[in-house]
Amino acid sequence: MSRVVIKAENISKQYRLGLVGTGTVRDDLKRWWHQVRGKEDPFLKIGEANNRSSKGNSDYVWSLRDINFEINQGDSVGIIGRNGAGKSTLLKILSQVTQPTTGKIYTKGRIASLLEVGTGFHPEMTGRENIYLNGAILGMRKHEIARKFDEIVAFSGVERYIDTPVKRYSSGMYVRLAFAVAAHLESEILIVDEVLAVGDAEFQKKCLGKMNDVSKGEGRTVLFVSHNMAAVKSLCNRGIVLENGLIIKDDLVENAVATYLTGNFGTQNYKIFSKEYDTKDFTIHELGVNPVEKSPDSILDEYQSIEFNMLFTLKNSTKNLHVTYVLNNEYGETLFTFSHSNSGLKLKQGLNKINCTLPEGFLNIGSYYLTVYLIENSKTTLFVEKDILTFTIQEGERPIGSWMGKEPGFIKPKFQWIIE
Amino acid sequence: MKNDNQSQDWDLVIKGHTSLFDVRLKEVWHYRDLLFLFVKRDFVTVYKQTILGPLWFFIQPLLTTITFTIVFGTVAQLSTDGAPKVIFYMAGITLWNYFSNCLTSVAGVFNANASIFGKVYFPRLIMPLTVVISNLMKFGVQFLLFLCFVLYFVLQGKIAPNFYIVLMPVIILLMALISMGIGLILTAMTAKYKDLTQLIAFGVQLFMYVTPVIYPSSSIPAAYKWLVNLNPLVSLFDYMRYAFLGIGEFSLLSLVYPGLFSVVILALGVLVFNKAQKTFIDTV
Repeated sequence: MSRVVIKAENISKQYRLGLVGTGTVRDDLKRWWHQVRGKEDPFLKIGEANNRSSKGNSDYVWSLRDINFEINQGDSVGIIGRNGAGKSTLLKILSQVTQPTTGKIYTKGRIASLLEVGTGFHPEMTGRENIYLNGAILGMRKHEIARKFDEIVAFSGVERYIDTPVKRYSSGMYVRLAFAVAAHLESEILIVDEVLAVGDAEFQKKCLGKMNDVSKGEGRTVLFVSHNMAAVKSLCNRGIVLENGLIIKDDLVENAVATYLTGNFGTQNYKIFSKEYDTKDFTIHELGVNPVEKSPDSILDEYQSIEFNMLFTLKNSTKNLHVTYVLNNEYGETLFTFSHSNSGLKLKQGLNKINCTLPEGFLNIGSYYLTVYLIENSKTTLFVEKDILTFTIQEGERPIGSWMGKEPGFIKPKFQWIIE
Repeated sequence: MKNDNQSQDWDLVIKGHTSLFDVRLKEVWHYRDLLFLFVKRDFVTVYKQTILGPLWFFIQPLLTTITFTIVFGTVAQLSTDGAPKVIFYMAGITLWNYFSNCLTSVAGVFNANASIFGKVYFPRLIMPLTVVISNLMKFGVQFLLFLCFVLYFVLQGKIAPNFYIVLMPVIILLMALISMGIGLILTAMTAKYKDLTQLIAFGVQLFMYVTPVIYPSSSIPAAYKWLVNLNPLVSLFDYMRYAFLGIGEFSLLSLVYPGLFSVVILALGVLVFNKAQKTFIDTV
């Protein structure tokens, strides 16, 4: 068992909503009066859980509430959650930008936090001067920066501009330089917030590669906040899911991401119908999409082979009927039409269970909409229901160093290739 | 649980309620390179891309001196205790500029650095220290200008400096401590009550008139002398004129009050600032 380097005990953070500054004198006096009489702070009681979309009654909310966790040396932990779940607040407390309202965090070792790249960069100063200044802001001593200077410049890839004021840099160069400084900070714990939102593909690759080196190669601890699930999955071995200021899952990263995604997208991967689609020709009982040999509520990811299952009762076998699916993308464009009749299979009277399996990794990440048709004699539509099923293909775990974004296109068919 | 936490040697404990006296000066010392780099940044970047560059350090006090000489000396005909008007006003302005620049910049530390304070932690005291030291360099340049004028008037035989001039570093130190102390208290308050920023700019201006900057303390009516002497800056300005211009009165004993005042106000300032910096980012 490795050593615990961060231990959080009952961390809570309360914020005041609305116009900060109005009425504070009155509240302050009230607080002070309670303190004088040795009573508890009256405003600590009335806060409520932080749910940004529903209106609360109190001006005070808990952005974090009773957060407890321990992080071992060498762990790389992904902190995930929707906007406003408390991720940034937690990072701010860990990086000492603000104080928790209650609770304690014990840490061991130097913490470098990268809540933003290029904090403290001065536009009028050259790249060289800014490396020193930024390094010092992050807590490096001058001689440390001098020792690492060449490495930082090489990593940033802006050698040519190093003596040019950074205001003349492109935004990409600016970010590269800034990340380079932070990445070379000798700290035992690295805290990173969404740096991947900026920079091009090559730079993202470099960043993630560097962070991976830091955590896996050098045995340092990394805390990483991102909305890019592919990056989180690849980089982290553990995931903490925050929702409304509470930890709802603290587990292996795959499980944490799954929890986050199911909670987030409200997937309708599997539907059971009672009488919604009961026509004179057939009745649909169940319709679902899931990874092959996995339960219907599993997450669909880009590398899996997925299958569509439909259970229905055919009422009149004298007709020549078949079921056709149409798959649309999130823009409503039709990708392709597919049917069992293409394979020469026929439906039978009574209960039918039709299964259609797509090849591995066929669909690209994104949301898809399925339309179901019942066709007679290959020409007459007896039934049609548009977008009867909605599902999302998620990013899978990609190798470090690869592009973490979405490739263009919607399908990734595997064609036959020959190289001679 | 408790014992477990104590047995392990944690480097840092982040917690909600910390003692008022938890100032962590050692940490400030660790970040001394940052202090140096900030000072350098201030100095290098102020006049970048301006045509006159560092000449602005001289232009500002010179123009102020000329204006004061005309307005207060010639038009209002305030007494200068017999010293030449130009050097009299310049002595006051050089010292006052340092004080007011420090005070207003330190008082604005939280608001001016909100974005950086919101993103990264370093001992917040570094910022006010930077302000005081950067201004010290500016003061140094202006003081050199002042010395040139002193030399000119000495050669003309119009003023007679004395050996008290060696005390100048002490006077500047007192100025720095007092302005930083008051500034720290003000910035801690402005973080929460924004209205104060308006008051500060205006208040510093008014404060100049109750400090003997444009008039000698000998022209203060005896009845109000005790009231004016509550202002710790009075004897510092008296010193400046006594040592360099050879006018007015000054005794070493008169430095005791500003000395004590500076230590107390600075200690108070550091404590208040330290308390405010912990959560200021939530209210700014």
